Amino acid sequence: MKALRKLLDNIKPHVEKGGKFHYLYSGFDAVETLFFVPNTVAKKGAHIRDAIDLKRTMFIVVIALIPALLFGMWNIGHQHFLSIGETETFMGTFLFGLLKMLPLIIVSYGVGLGLEILFAQNRGHEVNEGFFVSGMLIPLIVPIDTPLWMVGIAVAFAVIIGKEVFGGTGMNIWNPALLARAFLFFAYPSDMSGDKVWVEGMSHLDKVADGFSGATPLAVMAAEAGDKVSTFANGIGNWSVIDLVIGSYPGSIGETSVIAIGIGALILLFTGIASWKVMFSVFAGGLGMGLLFNVVAPESNIFMQMPAYYHLLIGGFAFGAVFMATDPVSAAQTSKGKYIYGFLIGVIAVLIRVVNPAYPEGMMLSILLLNTFAPLIDFYVIQGNIKKRLKRVKVTA
Amino acid sequence: MSKTIKLNKGLNINLQGKPVEQLVDSGISTTYAIKPTDFPGLIPKIVVKPGFEVKAGSVLFFDKYNPEIKFTSPVSGKIKEIERGERRKVLRVIIETTSEIQYEDFGKKEINSLKADDVKKTLLDSGTWTFIRKRPYAIIANPEEKPKSIFISGFDNAPLAPNYDFIIKENAKEFQAGIDAISKLTDGKVHLNISDKTGSVYSNITGVEKNTFIGKHPSSTVGVQINHIAPLNKGEVIWYINPQDIVIIGRLFTEGKYDARKIVALTGSEVNEAKYYNTRIGASINSITENNVKEGNNRYISGNVLTGTKVDKNDYLSFYDSQITIIPEGDYYEFFGWISPRLNKFSMSRLYFSWLMPNKKYTLDTNINGGERAFVVSEQYEKVVPMDIYPVELLKACLAEDIDKMEQLGIYEVAEEEFALCDFVCTSKIETQDIIRKGINLMIKELS
Repeated sequence: MKALRKLLDNIKPHVEKGGKFHYLYSGFDAVETLFFVPNTVAKKGAHIRDAIDLKRTMFIVVIALIPALLFGMWNIGHQHFLSIGETETFMGTFLFGLLKMLPLIIVSYGVGLGLEILFAQNRGHEVNEGFFVSGMLIPLIVPIDTPLWMVGIAVAFAVIIGKEVFGGTGMNIWNPALLARAFLFFAYPSDMSGDKVWVEGMSHLDKVADGFSGATPLAVMAAEAGDKVSTFANGIGNWSVIDLVIGSYPGSIGETSVIAIGIGALILLFTGIASWKVMFSVFAGGLGMGLLFNVVAPESNIFMQMPAYYHLLIGGFAFGAVFMATDPVSAAQTSKGKYIYGFLIGVIAVLIRVVNPAYPEGMMLSILLLNTFAPLIDFYVIQGNIKKRLKRVKVTA
Repeated sequence: MSKTIKLNKGLNINLQGKPVEQLVDSGISTTYAIKPTDFPGLIPKIVVKPGFEVKAGSVLFFDKYNPEIKFTSPVSGKIKEIERGERRKVLRVIIETTSEIQYEDFGKKEINSLKADDVKKTLLDSGTWTFIRKRPYAIIANPEEKPKSIFISGFDNAPLAPNYDFIIKENAKEFQAGIDAISKLTDGKVHLNISDKTGSVYSNITGVEKNTFIGKHPSSTVGVQINHIAPLNKGEVIWYINPQDIVIIGRLFTEGKYDARKIVALTGSEVNEAKYYNTRIGASINSITENNVKEGNNRYISGNVLTGTKVDKNDYLSFYDSQITIIPEGDYYEFFGWISPRLNKFSMSRLYFSWLMPNKKYTLDTNINGGERAFVVSEQYEKVVPMDIYPVELLKACLAEDIDKMEQLGIYEVAEEEFALCDFVCTSKIETQDIIRKGINLMIKELS
């Protein structure tokens, strides 16, 4: 530790302003602050400060993502071996997924952090911790077979167009990770949808195991003809409700397991990092819209008849509600605004799923849409406060 | 009608070094100083020169734009120095004191027979007008304006703040006299706000409306109290005064002299024996802290850790402060600090374990525990600002220098002290008090 400090102290003069390697300062600073909390003391304002900082905050979010990540790794292997009709030990399944997952994570962090450091250097800022989380989210919301170069381009798009053009972490309008996903979805639709992309290696397989389709529950629902799903009592397609909760079905890597996401949600809510207002109202909105569809569903529309709570279990709904909608930067900032924002995300996600046949998954688009409208929601909430203040003047005058 | 107001928002920070209720005389302060920098926005016109003899109550300088407002010497003696900083800005007017204090005579008064103008004149002449500050802006009150009411916060729940029960107990009679004089200045009410923990010290005080505030800091700041009792609208003015300054005003009227004695609490983890000291306005820090501070690299703060001013030990007590706090400086690197458990650090969040130990007393240093970032986490300030205000939006309006928005979002109702806890809790280490003061200064400049 002392040796490391000494090493950093020796390098520091060379990268500081006027030093020969000043163009490396942001990178140096990122490394230095990773190892050491800087010796900055309060100059203005309060003389003591809370121990919290953005690094720890973001790090806790990454920890909250780990259950979903671990489950995702297992599920990659699980789905793969199902598709080829083989059985494998638990460890073997997990290790298979781990090896497939690591390159995605490395590409995501490598490209993203590299760009962040470049921009920070260019602007003379410190490197922001925001990408800690985005860099983990992006691999978790893509299909496992996404080519690495696509992930790289999507990350670059998200960091540059999604975040840095607005000024960096804290200034962005849309959630960068979702923007990366949306970019992939619209730029390379054939690699992002269909029945084969969700299972590792399936697109290259000559022959899949009997009875295995690779479709996600959402795709099954969207494609269902009336006769196939006669009853929902046992779940969707081949999956029971328990399967849907556990998450052992094809889908984006981290989105499937409600249990794993739930553990993450508990961590976020307990530490207070994520807003329970947003999380709660997203689920409420989705459930409400699902129930509404149940009530008005014509007999021929199976999707509308699907029990409302299924919506919360399948696709990216839970993952989006817990990790994406709650992003404090792109969400509504005001207390009342958060309820409205969350509720509308839930409503529109289910609406897109059921009514629009072109997009089987509505969560991504719904969150991005409400990201766009969050400032408007806040504007009206704050306008209420302003009006109240003006009214007070008139009453007393 | 007195009110009881319960506030759920706010934060109490438990620190080491709470003063015990023991009152001693401070060491002899041979020099005293009045610092024009204690008064935001003031441009002083100095009327004394080094070598001039002054009495307690003699004018040292006045407000360039409001010559009626005079700043007077707290002691008698000789002007030692007029210390100037960059661009000849006056930093301190230092008085070297004589052993026996001589007072200017302002005449004993029968308060009940006085009119508002008489009270005003006595206060202005003696320099005690400067005790009266106003909201909006938290600057010295303008004698031309008519306040809607006057607020006195009879308690302080900032970290390690002095206990006014203990301080005022000795001076209850002067306090009442001060209240009687002050109440002539407004047609409205004089609000004396106490907390549920306040003892019986104010129970015999008459001529005021007593309101009880139950809740954590910043419930003791007048901005919060005004917001809940008589919200301030555009064009309205409320005046406010510290309890100890009321006592000095009381003495002025009953004894006819500007007797600037006050009690100051010496607090903080780096103090050997935290207790109360008898001293005077403008006393040197050294006269209070001498032989009572632990070795080490310490920060001396005139005031509390949230709103106080950083001072040197050779500096002087700031004008409105009743507290000196000494805490360790935090200029060290902490290996993997952001990820370690840090059991001895305090946080409002549950990212640390301090929420498990609500009664633990902490020794906090001045390290800001991170780097400055843009606003990221939302609804963090709202938890510590118990007012009907959107703090982040107001701060952004201040940063954007958008006067209309600042006005709409309630700049008139706030000052630094209401935002002090925002400084503390901010994940992004944004200096909100500074932003608010700049915003207020801009308002003053644009609207005058």
